Amino acid sequence: MIVEADGLCKTFRVADKAPGFAATVRHLVRRRTKDVHAVRDVSFALEAGEVVGFLGENGAGKTTTLKMLTGLVKPSAGRATVVGHTPFARRRDFLSAITLVMGNKQQLVWDLPAGDSFRIHAAVYRLDDRDVQRRVTELSEMLDITDKLTTPVRKLSLGERMKLELVASLLHQPKVLFLDEPTLGLDVNAQQTIRAFIRDYNAQHGATVLLTSHYMADITALTERVVVLHQGGLVYDGSLSSLVSSFVTTRQVVIKLRTPVDGADLAGLGAVDFHGPAELKLRVERDALQPTLAQILERLPVVDLTVTAPPVEDTIGHILKTGQSSKRVDA
Amino acid sequence: MRDLLRILSRFWRASLAAELEYRVNFVFSTLNAALGLVLGLFALSLFFQNGHAFDGWSFDASLVVYGLFTTFSGISSVLFVPNLSRVVEHVDKGTMDFVLLKPVDSQLFVSTRNFSPWGLPDIALGLGVIGYAARRLDVDPGHVPAALLAALLSLIILYSLWFALASTSIWFVKVYNATEVLRGLLDAGRLPIAAYPAGYRVFFTYVVPVAFLTSVPADVLRGADATSWLAIEVVVAVLAFGLSRAFWRLSLRSYTSASS
Repeated sequence: MIVEADGLCKTFRVADKAPGFAATVRHLVRRRTKDVHAVRDVSFALEAGEVVGFLGENGAGKTTTLKMLTGLVKPSAGRATVVGHTPFARRRDFLSAITLVMGNKQQLVWDLPAGDSFRIHAAVYRLDDRDVQRRVTELSEMLDITDKLTTPVRKLSLGERMKLELVASLLHQPKVLFLDEPTLGLDVNAQQTIRAFIRDYNAQHGATVLLTSHYMADITALTERVVVLHQGGLVYDGSLSSLVSSFVTTRQVVIKLRTPVDGADLAGLGAVDFHGPAELKLRVERDALQPTLAQILERLPVVDLTVTAPPVEDTIGHILKTGQSSKRVDA
Repeated sequence: MRDLLRILSRFWRASLAAELEYRVNFVFSTLNAALGLVLGLFALSLFFQNGHAFDGWSFDASLVVYGLFTTFSGISSVLFVPNLSRVVEHVDKGTMDFVLLKPVDSQLFVSTRNFSPWGLPDIALGLGVIGYAARRLDVDPGHVPAALLAALLSLIILYSLWFALASTSIWFVKVYNATEVLRGLLDAGRLPIAAYPAGYRVFFTYVVPVAFLTSVPADVLRGADATSWLAIEVVVAVLAFGLSRAFWRLSLRSYTSASS
């Protein structure tokens, strides 16, 4: 196992302050704090070369877990082992074998072209300049960003900056990539390029990837396996498809209508998600699908009819919100 | 060692390249340094009007102190201020993550990453003043190596104080002002320690050893008997540096990094 989390916990002590001026003054004099259990008893392991999606709502503990795995934050309890090291010791061998990319923070020097930052990285990671040059060329070709290497970073778009951040983060050929929202705020094209890049990079270099993203498209395109956190605890670890299929007991029926229908005509046909003059969307229990479809064809002026599983986004969104999943999936 | 030099040269070249985008700054900082020096020297000369002098310090000896002060504040502007205020910023914005993820000593990284050329005129003028005063004092060249050692120790102490203060940002986050307090205190190093009343002297020697920082090297340079002070300075420098490292490690244990 190249990455192992064993009962990881992190408790933060944070300020507890009521709003308002008087409360602020009180808080200045006497700090009240409370304990926040950001991560509780999280265990999972990644094999070398795996790409795993790390899911959870905001505040579910994903970033804190990533920070414990990369040695930035000391676990309150539990153990982490990454490429054979305890992350928080931050040994040189460990740091040279991993990378962390954060979509909301950047490290390239703002006033200079990215190439200057790459030169600093080369020195810091003790890399040969010619090797670095080769890698910059290779990575920037994969990301389609070769023409931006000499432009000062401050003059680049968010997407271009993110691509160059990725190049910088991968110069030292890390074995494990921790990607925290790498596509945050990017347009669809840039998201797709980065997605394709991560996939190709994993295929070519056999790197292990742990990826968080709020865009389900990132997760569905890149990962087979997902680890789901809810309120700091692990609620699911397994394949994405079985998470979705076992959770989803309904089907969506989309009907194109020749003429508009009344609400009363829809009685007993399942839950109505959308009711327009030419289109209907119904949610029908999987077990009741056959009789309901027969009823629909009999009672409504149907032009066209499709049956699908609800969009993955909706399902995952529901799972993340409720933390409900593990029992159903294990069965 | 070669790795270290490669890192430092890349750091400073990048900083220079970034700073030189704002070339006009150089003119202003030179003007600023020259003006500051002239005013400072004028203020110093006022103390020596009417035959008055500090206990054991002539005007020329005080000039050495003033020259050291100017040089040190130049070095502060070149290295300490730009780097250590960046520590506060790193903590505030959460970009300290990137520093901690690098396979180099994090204290070395945050202490040397930036280089600001705008303190160089201060260093040049300060050294000029020291040279001028040393000639007038007829300094024995044999004292120079010991004085250089003393000055180096002073710099280590100064750095350690500053760094320890910057480290506290990991707990208190925005300590931009704390570094200003220290800068204000360092101003006490303009004058020989003898210029201060007894109570201040104790404070500036033992509590915040700032006056001590310029007076000891100046004493060593002019050949006053300062062997015991030099010995104390060695101990203080080693202690201060060790403490700054211990303090940094300790504070990193509490680093939580700004959230996403």
